[in-house]
Amino acid sequence: MSLLKRLIATTALTAAMFTLAAPAQAQTRIALVVKSLGNGFFEAANAGAREAAEELGDVEIIYTGPTEPTAEAQIEVINSLIAQQVDAIAISANDPDALVPALQRAMDRGITVISWDSGVAPEGRAMHLNPSSNELIGNTIIRLAADHLPDGGQVAILSATATATNQNIWIDEARKVLPNYPGIELVTVVYGDDLADKSYREAQGLMQTYPDLDAIIAPTTVGIVAAAQAVTDAGKIGEINVTGLALPSEMAGHVHSGASQSFAIWNPIDLGYSAAYIAHALATGAAVAEPGATISIGRVGEITIGENGEAAMSDPFTYDASNVDEFKSIF
Amino acid sequence: MTQIPHISRAIPDRLESPLATALKSWEMLLIVVAIAIFIANSLASPYFLNPWSLSDATFNFTEKAIIALAMAMVIISGEIDLSVASIIALASTAMGFALQFGADAPTLAAIGILVGIACGAFNGLLVSGLGLPSIVVTIGTMSLFRGISYIVLGDQAFRGYPRDFAWFGQGYVWWVVSFEIVLFLALAIVFYVLLHRTNFGRAVFAIGNNPLAAQFSGIRIRRVKFVLFVLTGLTAGIASVLLTARLGSTRPSIASGWELEIVTMVVLGGVSILGGSGSIAGVVIAAFIMGLVTFGLGLLNVPGIVMSIFVGVMLIVVIALPVVARRLRERRAV
Repeated sequence: MSLLKRLIATTALTAAMFTLAAPAQAQTRIALVVKSLGNGFFEAANAGAREAAEELGDVEIIYTGPTEPTAEAQIEVINSLIAQQVDAIAISANDPDALVPALQRAMDRGITVISWDSGVAPEGRAMHLNPSSNELIGNTIIRLAADHLPDGGQVAILSATATATNQNIWIDEARKVLPNYPGIELVTVVYGDDLADKSYREAQGLMQTYPDLDAIIAPTTVGIVAAAQAVTDAGKIGEINVTGLALPSEMAGHVHSGASQSFAIWNPIDLGYSAAYIAHALATGAAVAEPGATISIGRVGEITIGENGEAAMSDPFTYDASNVDEFKSIF
Repeated sequence: MTQIPHISRAIPDRLESPLATALKSWEMLLIVVAIAIFIANSLASPYFLNPWSLSDATFNFTEKAIIALAMAMVIISGEIDLSVASIIALASTAMGFALQFGADAPTLAAIGILVGIACGAFNGLLVSGLGLPSIVVTIGTMSLFRGISYIVLGDQAFRGYPRDFAWFGQGYVWWVVSFEIVLFLALAIVFYVLLHRTNFGRAVFAIGNNPLAAQFSGIRIRRVKFVLFVLTGLTAGIASVLLTARLGSTRPSIASGWELEIVTMVVLGGVSILGGSGSIAGVVIAAFIMGLVTFGLGLLNVPGIVMSIFVGVMLIVVIALPVVARRLRERRAV
């Protein structure tokens, strides 16, 4: 008895479960593959990609990713996307190298592959979308301070370690654009080593050494929070504006207290939005991924692909009292 | 004339035919489940019944399944090896290190397999030489082996494996039939013969059922267990070669979390986690079931966490089914 019955029952049950979830077909199917699911940053990117899909029309966004942020799990996801014959894969990679063979196979089967946020080695993708560039970040951190100093003033930078590659490049770029902001004087650069207590002490030292200091720029998430706390504790809210690069979740309180007028970081919604636009343009043949090519990314503007197959999306996005609450639950 | 002893239980006139026994077996249940999932997958997704898709799907589980073959024997003997994923990491790191000195593909593969065997022998010595519990030993070596990889590599990666090395993990023997799946099926036959057709295999079952009785029967328990850990090390080394070739690079986080997936495969295959029973055929079918389920759900873009829940529920149901069936039968018999 039971064998045949069991067979029929199991088949019917499983089939029913599966067919309920059957996908709808669309003209262009773009898979947005993230490092792992259940991460607010990537959920926001997905919202951006869906916004782009609505604007483009006839685009289906397949938002997917593994539960564990590992390369092996992401390869399983890629294999299933290859089997589904999606038109494009836009991936934030868990590993720049290990995904290359799987993504090359995807490209061999005619799928457009781009990476965004966290890149893949050049041989594994058509192009990579960086949220911003060193030049844009360097300019942004000075602009953030200058925006609130119409008559000029003294600013100091509180960095991570003296050897931190990213921060040093951004500070160099910031120095280059200083002449564009007349009246803004960069008095010193100090290093809090990305330690909360050391950054806090360095910020205190800045306030003592430079009594006329108007702004502290911290291009590090640890430094900016410590500096905002130091300014708050010294009762200098309103006198010294703390700004730089930070996460909305960590800075929302300091923005509302006034210790920080504004700060910047990438906007995950724009990132997902732009990745979808680029994937669509490349998959439909409207654009070709080659150095020098420009691709329109809707409301965000346009990107130009550089020599290494990478492109920068835009200036870091500015967060202030008007929008920080909207983003603080995201990342 | 001796008196016939009183018999309380009825003795059946004849034993069930081999066919009936086979139909009621665990393996049969698994085959039914596998067929059901296969049919469900083909109904649910138009992309499933495509030779290339199915071939791609096998890559997701063959490396784990190769280790599961040896893991099944270890678990049948009443032990466990949780260090297998870390052995993959260490063997892969060793291959990457050798690559820096210009080793060619066969040398790299040999190094990966030898490191696997060495790691397995180390586990085996601690378990059978010092008599330590295998769960403790292999939790320790799980950290130890991967720790060495992290010390060597940090946040770096070894890359640039030669083209012919990549064939081990990406190559095809014929049309869509990959080298990985052929190797897995060949090893499955080897392990089937070893477990079910040799004295060594009988000894493994004996140890798992009753170690004391096995010892009094003259089975050299320590040696058998040592060999079993060397075998898991060997299969982990082979899996490391395949995975490294498939990824084309080595990072210390390679294959993280695989040990539990492999144990799940073995248990789903009908191997008693307490030792003493199980079959290679069951493990092979279970490997295909897990591969089919995750690939089928992946084709529908079901989120990974739902997939984990599905596999977990499937494991519990498949394990509970025979127990429940037996309870019901016993109640009816009373």
